[in-house]
Amino acid sequence: MLDATVLKQLTDIVGAENIATGAQDLICYGYDATQMEFLPDAVVHPDSAEQVSRILKLANEVKLPVFPRGAGSGFTGGALPKGGGIVLVTTRMNRILRIDIDNLVAEVEPGVVTEAFQMAVEKLGLFYPPDPASLKFSTLGGNVAECAGGPRAVKYGVTKDFVMGLEVVLPTGAIIRTGGETVKGVVGYDLTKLLCGSEGTLGVITKIIFKLLPYPDAKKTMLTVFDSIDGAARAVSTIIKNKIIPTTLEFMDHATLTCVERRFNLGMPDSARAVLLIEVDGDRDLIEKQAGEIHKLIEPLGLVQFRVAKDAAESEELWKVRRLVSPSLRDVNPDKFNEDIVVPRSKVPDVIRRIEVIQQRYDIPIVNFGHAGDGNIHVNIMIDKSVPGQLEKAHEAIKEVFQAALDLGGTMSGEHGVGLAKQPYIPMELNAEQITAMKAIKSALDPNNILNPGKMLP
Amino acid sequence: MTKKQTDPLERVAQDMKKCVKCGACRANCPAFSTFQREPATARGKVALAQHLAKGDITLDDGTYAAMSKCLLCGSCVDKCPNQVPTDEIVIAAREALAQRRGLTTFHKAVGQVIRNRKLMNFGALAAAVLGPIFFRKVPSTSGLRLRFPMPFLGGSRHVPQIAKKPFMKRHPEVIKGEPGKPTIVFFVGCMTNFVYTEIGEATLALFRHLGCTVIIPQGQQCCGLPGMSGGDLNTVRELAEQNLEALEKYPADYVMTACATCGGALHKLYPLVIGKRNPELKERLQALADRTVDAAVLLQKLGLHPEETGAAEGMRITYHDPCHHRTAGIAKQPRALLKETPGLELVEMEGADRCCGLGGTFNVYHYESSLDINAGKSAAIIETGADAVVTGCPGCIMQLSDGLKQAGDKTRVLHTVELLARKIRS
Ligand SMILES: Cc1cc2nc3c(=O)[nH]c(=O)nc-3n(C[C@H](O)[C@H](O)[C@H](O)COP(=O)(O)OP(=O)(O)OC[C@H]3O[C@@H](n4cnc5c(N)ncnc54)[C@H](O)[C@@H]3O)c2cc1C
Ligand code: SF4
Ligand code: SF4
Repeated sequence: MLDATVLKQLTDIVGAENIATGAQDLICYGYDATQMEFLPDAVVHPDSAEQVSRILKLANEVKLPVFPRGAGSGFTGGALPKGGGIVLVTTRMNRILRIDIDNLVAEVEPGVVTEAFQMAVEKLGLFYPPDPASLKFSTLGGNVAECAGGPRAVKYGVTKDFVMGLEVVLPTGAIIRTGGETVKGVVGYDLTKLLCGSEGTLGVITKIIFKLLPYPDAKKTMLTVFDSIDGAARAVSTIIKNKIIPTTLEFMDHATLTCVERRFNLGMPDSARAVLLIEVDGDRDLIEKQAGEIHKLIEPLGLVQFRVAKDAAESEELWKVRRLVSPSLRDVNPDKFNEDIVVPRSKVPDVIRRIEVIQQRYDIPIVNFGHAGDGNIHVNIMIDKSVPGQLEKAHEAIKEVFQAALDLGGTMSGEHGVGLAKQPYIPMELNAEQITAMKAIKSALDPNNILNPGKMLP
Repeated sequence: MTKKQTDPLERVAQDMKKCVKCGACRANCPAFSTFQREPATARGKVALAQHLAKGDITLDDGTYAAMSKCLLCGSCVDKCPNQVPTDEIVIAAREALAQRRGLTTFHKAVGQVIRNRKLMNFGALAAAVLGPIFFRKVPSTSGLRLRFPMPFLGGSRHVPQIAKKPFMKRHPEVIKGEPGKPTIVFFVGCMTNFVYTEIGEATLALFRHLGCTVIIPQGQQCCGLPGMSGGDLNTVRELAEQNLEALEKYPADYVMTACATCGGALHKLYPLVIGKRNPELKERLQALADRTVDAAVLLQKLGLHPEETGAAEGMRITYHDPCHHRTAGIAKQPRALLKETPGLELVEMEGADRCCGLGGTFNVYHYESSLDINAGKSAAIIETGADAVVTGCPGCIMQLSDGLKQAGDKTRVLHTVELLARKIRS
């Protein structure tokens, strides 16, 4: 509970209209996409690094937990105020401060919605590639804090590959800058990389300097259908082995196709067992050539359909197949656990086979799709929580899925992070020494454990 | 209250469960775009309704205020990956709140007037009470300002004139057409009847041109949407029943409306909301819904050829999709007719299908925010350089006119039928 003096001090910092303690706000800032819910004691909407700093200083004085939050679209509960405290929302800090076309950098505040930023740079012929599926509503601050990735990661990488520098308010209230806007820079530890993916536990990001690219000339979208998951997986490695790096290599397994087909009737061939959505971008002539080569390379791998989009509208049609996946999954079962394991891309067929075994052993439907190009698979464990015993089964199955990924040299999260949801499984991937090192960093920066306590590290 | 009241939130219990709190609705909710706070998003309203249903928060003004921040535009429903019907959930929550804490004075007054056509016909009184929704202007001479508290009437609003004689008073109930041609029952709607009578005249002219028999049942009432947005479902039910009776009286091929909002009420909300609450009316409401069709859609269906009937005067136009059209899948038909009309050049604006910000009583309680939403719309319209913005909803016409005038712009605002009927009426 917040006492009146602290509340008054917080109000002085952000102004009365930017602090809320009503039941409605507490409820609405107590959830995220995990569907967990924890009520905070207050919600504050600061407008500057300076305000954030004052809030954190106060929090240290009175030992008040502070939970940074962007759009609350996280899949692992990173922004949830477990145990109570204040939720610090960054959405008022939503200015694009500058786009520097000479140096191909941009400086933004953390509350900018990802798509708004993309559109702003694209207007200038520039390109910010990271494209999480949540880009229409998630914030850039949240993207950096989670190191969000998307389908274009195969070719361009993830959010951290575009972050050159940050302004961060440390948990004690100090405002620091990390990195910069030069292409090179090796002075000191690389705090920028440390903070990317730190899930709001090491500091509040208040400004971001992004690297930009020229907008690619053209792109080509292909929908390819295979008669086996192996064929699709081999297609991925064959393409890359032949030195073509597509922008996107999205795959859907048979269970996913069945879901989509049942609901939307897309007229897939009966023999379809896996789909790869491939996109190449770059020079117009080059991508023509690449599309032709890709067709030739994957033809012998059990290809049963190959469709190339002629224009943007047709490309959108092909993407539709991928976008329809999420809405159609619920037909399988009402509740899902969406895990985002990663394996080396050549191991995709192996991990799919292991998941099949797990699915049979536990007798719960598991639907797989994702970014085959970087080995990132969204494993969707579909259950009905109201059926007794299913939840427990799901947890067991999840553990085995993680183990399968780890056994194959992978990791248990490529995009969504740890937050609350994956915290119990952390010791499966990190050993005691690693965890100790990480905890040392956390306690050095946040001696009173007030910034996003209870998250990520066990 | 004679009937036992059930909890309206039970009606949407299953629907609320479908929301996974993903946040996708943040991208499309006009209320969120202006308030920028989570309780204003679709997701927030669903969460609050869930808590209301559980009874674990007090039904205080905060929840009422949060629920008032919804235009019932349905954008969230269109874009939600799980098709959560937030608009229905909000209606149910408003109804539940109204049941438990009573209607506001304003909504009580709204209910009284929309239930009473005689009162409505007495224009000044109607204007006084419904002013903010339908007319926005209270004749200062009427003395009614004293009877009804109206803190919401800002000085700078641009308001349309109230017609000297309501549309329905100018025409007989049955206007006979050619034998063998369809019979159409015309549901007029308050805005067309009392304010934009030329929309009614244009509609009538077009269907007479096609040889149709047009029936304007005198017993028809307000569609009830202002009551729906205030949670006054008893009034809506009363009106739905009266409208049913009036519209069922004549055997007709179609029930037609030239107002997207009325169309939305008849076509979707009556069966969905009133039908679910009152199983005994369900079938009749569904049958009415099945026969209801929008004027532009019907004109296209019956084979209006604008290249023969349309006006030749050159004009650059842009088209705004009313929310109640968008959610009913009406977008191509009016555009097709306008494109065929000689002399008209249609240029698309950015975000043509984005809400104009009216949202029934939303506009009353949150006038500033409503204008804020509308500002983006006005900018998009002006950007096209069109001479006129065309739409299919008198409510939108009023809101767009207000917004454009506030922006100091002279773009005209017209209903689709007005353009289509220009030549045959001249
Ligand atoms: C439909 C859907 C699709 C998704 N698709 C993808 C995808 O393709 N790829 C992917 O990687 N993720 C995806 N996600 C997950 C989520 O969108 C991302 O993790 C996103 O980056 C979160 O951004 P946010 O603004 O919503 O952050 P929040 O959920 O509000 O917060 C996430 C974490 O970041 C911290 N945080 C937020 N802002 C700051 C800040 N300024 N400073 C410090 N810490 C901060 C929070 O404390 C929390 O730990 C998806 C989610 C949904 C619902
Ligand atoms: S209403 Fe739909 S879009 Fe919004 S959070 Fe719920 S499921 Fe997601
Ligand atoms: S109906 Fe419109 S205003 Fe209401 S929650 Fe949905 S998108 Fe927002």
